[in-house]
Amino acid sequence: MTLRHLLFALCALVMGTAALPGVAAAQIEVDVNQGNIQPVPIAIPAFSGGRGGDIAQVISANLEQSGLFAPVNPAAFPERNLDIAIQPNFEAWKTIDTQVLVNGQVTTEGDGRLRVDFRLWDIGSGTQLLGLQFTSTPENWRRVAHKISDQIYQRLTGESGYFDTRVVFIAESGARGKRVKRLSIMDQDGANNSYLTDGSYIVMTPRFSANSQEITYMALRPTGSSIYLFNISTGRQETLGRFAGMVFAPRFSPSGDRVVFSVEKNGNSDLYLMDLRSRGQTRLTSDPGIDTSGSFSPNGGQIVFNSDRAGSPQLYVMNADGSGVRRISRGGGRYTTPVWSPKGDFIAFTKQSGGEFHIGVMKPDGSDERILTTSYLDEGPTWAPNGRVLMFFREGRGGEPRLWNVDITGRILRPAPYRGSGSDPAWSPLLD
Amino acid sequence: MRFNTQSVMRLALVVVAAASLAACATKPKTNPDAGQPPQGGIPDVPYRPPAGPGAVDTRPIPGSTQDFIINVGDFVYFDLDSYDVRSDAMPVLDAQAAWLRRYPNVSIRIEGNCDERGTREYNLALGSRRSNAVKDYLVSRGVSPSRIMTLSNGKERPINPGTDEEAYQQNRNGQTIITSGGM
Repeated sequence: MTLRHLLFALCALVMGTAALPGVAAAQIEVDVNQGNIQPVPIAIPAFSGGRGGDIAQVISANLEQSGLFAPVNPAAFPERNLDIAIQPNFEAWKTIDTQVLVNGQVTTEGDGRLRVDFRLWDIGSGTQLLGLQFTSTPENWRRVAHKISDQIYQRLTGESGYFDTRVVFIAESGARGKRVKRLSIMDQDGANNSYLTDGSYIVMTPRFSANSQEITYMALRPTGSSIYLFNISTGRQETLGRFAGMVFAPRFSPSGDRVVFSVEKNGNSDLYLMDLRSRGQTRLTSDPGIDTSGSFSPNGGQIVFNSDRAGSPQLYVMNADGSGVRRISRGGGRYTTPVWSPKGDFIAFTKQSGGEFHIGVMKPDGSDERILTTSYLDEGPTWAPNGRVLMFFREGRGGEPRLWNVDITGRILRPAPYRGSGSDPAWSPLLD
Repeated sequence: MRFNTQSVMRLALVVVAAASLAACATKPKTNPDAGQPPQGGIPDVPYRPPAGPGAVDTRPIPGSTQDFIINVGDFVYFDLDSYDVRSDAMPVLDAQAAWLRRYPNVSIRIEGNCDERGTREYNLALGSRRSNAVKDYLVSRGVSPSRIMTLSNGKERPINPGTDEEAYQQNRNGQTIITSGGM
């Protein structure tokens, strides 16, 4: 697998020279947590060298999709063919409506590897905010563009980026009621999409492990359900084992060595934990209500889950050994699919109220509930690794499911950059 | 009521299917080289009226899957977010149990299904409750649990792709499927 062959040389500040200003305090700040009503204009001219135009386009599309940045139309650029070794003409750039400039160059190293140098400039203060160099194999040029996007996002927002990531999801095709469902994987921007299962059986709810190399998902056949572990590096997969009843809703622990999942016996669903090395199982819940959709806190100490033990589906938090169960959802409505943010500060969920579906977030103690979306059917949020952006799926009445993005303020809501019909997205951690 | 309507619908479907099969089998050949050469259009054969209604009596073989579906009923329906066996489901399940006692070699799978107004994982659990509620009822009427497998499809296999209450109601069901032993 190509991931294994990746070796990025991330050389911060290698390009800082006496002739160029070093990293200065950013004059420009983008606040992710305010939903940035006015996106920040950013100029991203084509990088010089082969693939330079493509790389600039990928960076541009990433930043635009975030909703926080507005790439400037290249027709307005006062300078062209910028030389990475020469400081831009800030006075000229000040005449157009932009605050930030990205320039770069692509060269080929003696061993055939691709080298990309880029700089990020604050036009107002005339300072360099970043000067970085990446090398990789030429076929990994998109990942280089994603890593540059992450650096720009982090430098300007103070939050980690999330562009060098992948998404596993269920690609859907065919008529309603007879949909073909295939386990699929793609880059977060919709590129490099490929199928991992052939659609001959129903698959659902894939989730990444912390190292992005393993996926766990549920398969449903007339003979029963199974939970699989799928290694995307080797293509090998195995089941968690055989169970008398239904098994579903698997999710890895943050360390990746355990899976929490639901097992149904005689109609009653409870949460179990499996140690992947010993294959030993621990039963975590034992009440007669439905207990499902377990999701670990980032430190592995707690699990949020969905239960209808009090009559309607609500969210509960317990310690990872099953002790100390407490209800956290308090608003009216039905709460399902809780997912703990990788930052730990929020839990995202699906909520049904007033005949509609919502994606929302709340603090782990249940306070500060915030509804982010509303439609006929919004379901299954997943967190970008920076804990500030979510992906979910939306199905219009009688329509087909589509992947959507929303930020934690709810102000930046837009279709995810995937053209087909898809559901059950799960975002990977940042790739190595 | 639901049971009767459904039985009629299914029987009608079987009859239509049989009729179209018959139509295929007797479709006239159009190859002009075959048989008699055309002699000025209409052949000189005396008119015979087609068989009247009721001339062919179609019915499933007792003990067959068709017998179970048409004469017993393979679906029962549930209320919103509920897995209680409704009073209108009881006669159907009583008939299923009687039929299964009559044909003791038959094994079944009960599939629980949900409407789309819930999330996938929750509905997998709810569908399990429904399939097990049907199983428990059949077991209480003398069917051995060893003959019964249960499965939940959650909301993944709706029988009606519509988005109104009628479609949701049809999709909240338990379906009894004969997996082996049907004659």
